[in-house]
Amino acid sequence: MIGFLSYLVFFTTIASILAIAALGLNLQWGNTGLFNGGVVAFFGAGAYGTLLLGGAPQSDHIGGFDLLYPIALLGGMIVAGLLAWIVGILTIRLRHDYLAISTFGVAVAFENLMRNAQWLAGGAKGLRGFERPLREFLGDGFLYNVSFLIIVLFILLSVYFFLELLVSSPFGRLLRAIREDEYAARSLGKNPTNIRLTAFVVGSIVMGLAGGLYGAFYAFVSPQDILPMLTFQIWAMLIVGGAGNNKGAIFGAFLIWAAWTSSGWLLSRFAPIETQLYTGSIQYVLIGVVIVTMLLWRPQGLFPERLVISQPGER
Amino acid sequence: MVKDAILSINEVSCHFGSFKAVDKVTVEIQRGSITGLIGPNGAGKTTLFNAIAGGLKPTSGRVTLNGHDVTGKMPEILFSFGLGRTFQIPRPFARMSVLENVMLAPQAQIGERLIGPFLYRRLMQNQEDVIRKRAMEVIDFMTLAPLADHPAGKISGGQMKLLELARILMGDPQIILLDEPAAGVNPSLAGTLIQKIEELNAEGKTFLIIEHDMDFIMRHCNPVIALTQGHVAFQGTPEQAQSNQLLLDAYLGAKQDV
Repeated sequence: MIGFLSYLVFFTTIASILAIAALGLNLQWGNTGLFNGGVVAFFGAGAYGTLLLGGAPQSDHIGGFDLLYPIALLGGMIVAGLLAWIVGILTIRLRHDYLAISTFGVAVAFENLMRNAQWLAGGAKGLRGFERPLREFLGDGFLYNVSFLIIVLFILLSVYFFLELLVSSPFGRLLRAIREDEYAARSLGKNPTNIRLTAFVVGSIVMGLAGGLYGAFYAFVSPQDILPMLTFQIWAMLIVGGAGNNKGAIFGAFLIWAAWTSSGWLLSRFAPIETQLYTGSIQYVLIGVVIVTMLLWRPQGLFPERLVISQPGER
Repeated sequence: MVKDAILSINEVSCHFGSFKAVDKVTVEIQRGSITGLIGPNGAGKTTLFNAIAGGLKPTSGRVTLNGHDVTGKMPEILFSFGLGRTFQIPRPFARMSVLENVMLAPQAQIGERLIGPFLYRRLMQNQEDVIRKRAMEVIDFMTLAPLADHPAGKISGGQMKLLELARILMGDPQIILLDEPAAGVNPSLAGTLIQKIEELNAEGKTFLIIEHDMDFIMRHCNPVIALTQGHVAFQGTPEQAQSNQLLLDAYLGAKQDV
């Protein structure tokens, strides 16, 4: 029983962290129509940034800087935001598939940099020397994981309310107008360039926050954590949940993560022994199938975007 | 009529490679007029429109709006200079409500800044109340009130044209460019649109209208400018247009000649 409960806590923690990343993507794609094909770069920048800033000093690479965890986490978000700002400035003229291709390239480049630049962040063997915050008080067991989960859930809710407030404001209205028809928005006196960049950076900071939590939870991050697959998983979460709907993004994250972990478990348990080698690839195929099926069958997602209608007296 | 040009187009050319879509066009749009711009397909009407409204930088020439040189300025700048435009094929923000479409248009909304919803909440809400009230008035004026909460992509083509006009009215423009407002619109909606154009014109708004419907041009526009092959072929009153042999040959009576 405690085993199941403990797994449930573990599952919910990871799903919530990924839900935060899906919310960041929702601001970019769901609301602004920015096709970020390199989610994992910003997730990774947050994870690496946080662990470098918050970890103990290491001899073989720069850092760590032993900063207090909340400060390190904030630093990780800033690193993700800076990366997004640079990428955003460089790709400011790109739309749709071109933006997707270049951001995908950024993510692959980021992964390769982390894998090969040993002096920077430990290279292929990953970034060690980070101690989970408050470990001396809470230990390493169930109590720690429950406490961490509570904090993650609190952050998830905060991000949700922050984004809800943002997209229900005239700022959100402008994002949607740019998504629907950028040229028409310009003919109404709007300058989309800054707004697109703002949405891209803010969404990426949210992804960086998710990365910073993920890194702290495992007290470790390596290039294996920032493979392109994670980008597709987060995309699947948003598409299944419903692009443009923050509740949908969170629901989709839990659903896809449940499907992912259970399919992994089922395959390892029941797949014939000679196919065991390929279970990972089968899971990749499944994610692809889920995305394509959803786009064909119900492109608006399980929780479609809701039309903002007039509510006199409210808001 | 006292000459008072709100918009001067001076020797404007738009070339695409060796093709001269618009070639040294010089026209003046008088303040308070409803000027009609006609011409056969490919005469350069929409190109000239885009050169005026900022979608396209002219190859040469000068566009002056209210005495300001606005040649090659971005569309967003031109809107703030008091020029609003609609599109030949309507461009609504499809997955937004009609009301949201209209509420987008006012300039300098505090809530459009990232920090607005957090630091200036009260100010933003006051602004929103004012904008919503004004938007409902404009929507009502455009006879779209029952559709305020409908997705703009799901209303009819004619209603979209009314919506585009409603959107730009929020910016209180002095001159409005309409690209084929009556095309593909059912007669009753076209009637509404014409009535609204004339009401707005009576309030002092200037219109420049591209239209293929000759009946529309002859009845509602004065003066009329005709373009053929990128040149101004004719400028004058509708009556003069009807008796102009060159224009009849080039456009109206083309069928008889062929």
